[in-house]
Amino acid sequence: MSDPVIRCENLGKSYVLHHDGDRPGYRTLREDLLSLPSRLQAAWRNHGTGEEFWALRKVSFEVRPGEVIGIIGRNGAGKSTLLKILSRITAPSAGGVDLHGRVGSLLEVGTGFHPELTGRENIFLSGAMLGMRRAEVRAHFDAIVAFAEVEQFLDTPCKHYSSGMYTRLGFAVAAHLRTDILLVDEVLAVGDASFQQRCLGKMAEVAGGGRTVLFVSHNLGAIGSLCPRTLWLDHGELHQDGPSREVIERYLADVAGQAGTATTAAAPAGPAWLVSARLAERNGTARQAFSMTEPVRVECEYQVAQAGGYTLSVQVKEFDFSPVVHCTSGDAGFAVPGTTGRHRIAVEVPDMQLYPGRYWLRLALTQTATGRQHDLDRIGFQIEQDFTLCTRPLPRQAGLVYRRAEWTVLSPPSP
Amino acid sequence: MADVTPRPFIRIRPDGTGGLGRWGELWEYRDVLVMLAVRDVKLRYKQTALGVVWVVLQPLVAGIIFAVIFGRFAGLPSGGRPYLLFVFAGLLAWNLFAGVLQRAGNSLVGEAKLITKVYFPRLLIPGAAAAAALVDYAVSLGVMAVLMAWFGLWPGWWLALLPVMTLLTLALAVGLSLWVSALNVRYRDFMYALPFLIQVWMYASPVVYGLEMIPERWRGIFALNPLVGIIEGNRAALLGGGTEVWPLLTVPALAAAVALWSGAAYFRRVERDFADNL
Repeated sequence: MSDPVIRCENLGKSYVLHHDGDRPGYRTLREDLLSLPSRLQAAWRNHGTGEEFWALRKVSFEVRPGEVIGIIGRNGAGKSTLLKILSRITAPSAGGVDLHGRVGSLLEVGTGFHPELTGRENIFLSGAMLGMRRAEVRAHFDAIVAFAEVEQFLDTPCKHYSSGMYTRLGFAVAAHLRTDILLVDEVLAVGDASFQQRCLGKMAEVAGGGRTVLFVSHNLGAIGSLCPRTLWLDHGELHQDGPSREVIERYLADVAGQAGTATTAAAPAGPAWLVSARLAERNGTARQAFSMTEPVRVECEYQVAQAGGYTLSVQVKEFDFSPVVHCTSGDAGFAVPGTTGRHRIAVEVPDMQLYPGRYWLRLALTQTATGRQHDLDRIGFQIEQDFTLCTRPLPRQAGLVYRRAEWTVLSPPSP
Repeated sequence: MADVTPRPFIRIRPDGTGGLGRWGELWEYRDVLVMLAVRDVKLRYKQTALGVVWVVLQPLVAGIIFAVIFGRFAGLPSGGRPYLLFVFAGLLAWNLFAGVLQRAGNSLVGEAKLITKVYFPRLLIPGAAAAAALVDYAVSLGVMAVLMAWFGLWPGWWLALLPVMTLLTLALAVGLSLWVSALNVRYRDFMYALPFLIQVWMYASPVVYGLEMIPERWRGIFALNPLVGIIEGNRAALLGGGTEVWPLLTVPALAAAVALWSGAAYFRRVERDFADNL
């Protein structure tokens, strides 16, 4: 077997949290000069000045040439920190990495773009930033322009671009990077669906091209289809490393921890908050699975500390948390009781005819006057197929909402 | 399995050895320097409404005001040369120095978005800002040439000193701005102190007045300011000088060497923390 191209050993990254809530490392000269005596004293007594926070801890793994690896985990799990260390943007605090090969990273779309410069100028600028030689950019120039579909606007300053054009151009430049190792952060969350599809296509092409790719995404579907192997980071540690299907299934089971219910542990500061919510039938029996033709019913309990006008909203999300359906009490002309004390409300989202699979529900309580909001998120539930509606199994990748269309035979075309 | 192309080997360690400190990388990433400098120049001449006119007018107007106030009203000596030329020659060197210091000094904070999103040797950021400031200098040099022609003054063989002076000024300014830019990342209030420091420094240097204004016995101490030698040397190069210019160049040369060496060393030591501090 060939040697690993990436070898991560006991990799760790710590930040010092300052107690005054400052950003790490951000200080003023005046403060430093004034606090010099006390800091010297602290150093003398061997006391730290802040609390250490490990964004990444004891992460070890190896990557062989040509492997395409997905990295998943909740927000703040250390995914981006890992990519930043691998791309040398920031230095680790412990452990180390050995890399064999040129590293290219795409941590945002449109790295180095300046709005005042034209598309043409930005292609060269961004290309250079990402590590491409001028000649390399020139060689791929036409392909970049074609992929981004900005031919007519090449000499227009990018500030006049639509956000779609901007994104396309940014991705197009990075997609033509020819490095041995490519690090890609969540960049597919932008752009319209057709563009996302093209990006995924490009990623698949890159992945199939024998290059080593590390790909961070919340889009578990994309990870599953692009990457044979997945790393799951949790609270800065490598929780699981294995075949994508296995890791993603375990991950989903974990985030779906309390299926069907959600509660707020401690009463938060605020005018009102949601205490608990659960999916239930009308007779009160708890439910976690609903048929695609049946309404999804939620019961919630909330506490009002400050009497006033409130709005409740329900959001249904896909397994990768992209929103699907959103309903508000306001739209329904429903007045949410807003007197101080505890209240209970039931909401029924009418049959959505969603494809069978795992979905999430989010409830939010908003004070109408101030917009202050409290929510309960990630209440997991299952949608099951209604075989009286459709007898063939409905594959989730075919669609999201089931509909029956009207089909008509038209007269044949005249020869 | 043999690789066709040699693959670079990068070691990433907490102490910054390996990847984060190779000088050869500066050459590898030279395109970034060029692109950043070109961008800075383009933006400067694109965004200001008057464009080039502004870059020409700014030092010219300042020079005329200084010439009228100090040369005509106050009647300060200028060694027999037209006061406008005298002042402008000083301003030329000063503006290059201050321009580099200001632009390169604030460059890292200005590129925070880049630094947190992509890797390339961070030295290139102040480097590119300095290169862009050099373009303004070239424009001003053109103005100086026109002014000299207007006054019918032709440079002598002293002009050969000019490239040396330019390099010396640049080296000193870049060295100092490496310190300033890195300190700016760490201490944000430093940004507010910088314009004040530059202003004070200008009046402590013989930009609008001549070295003759300083009493003989203080000149030794006065010349410890490296800008004294730089400005006098620049004047000598453009307007012809006396033999006493040479000793003045020892201080700037030493200062430039120390600033460049220590600035680069400090910059390299702290650059790996930039992304965390921005």
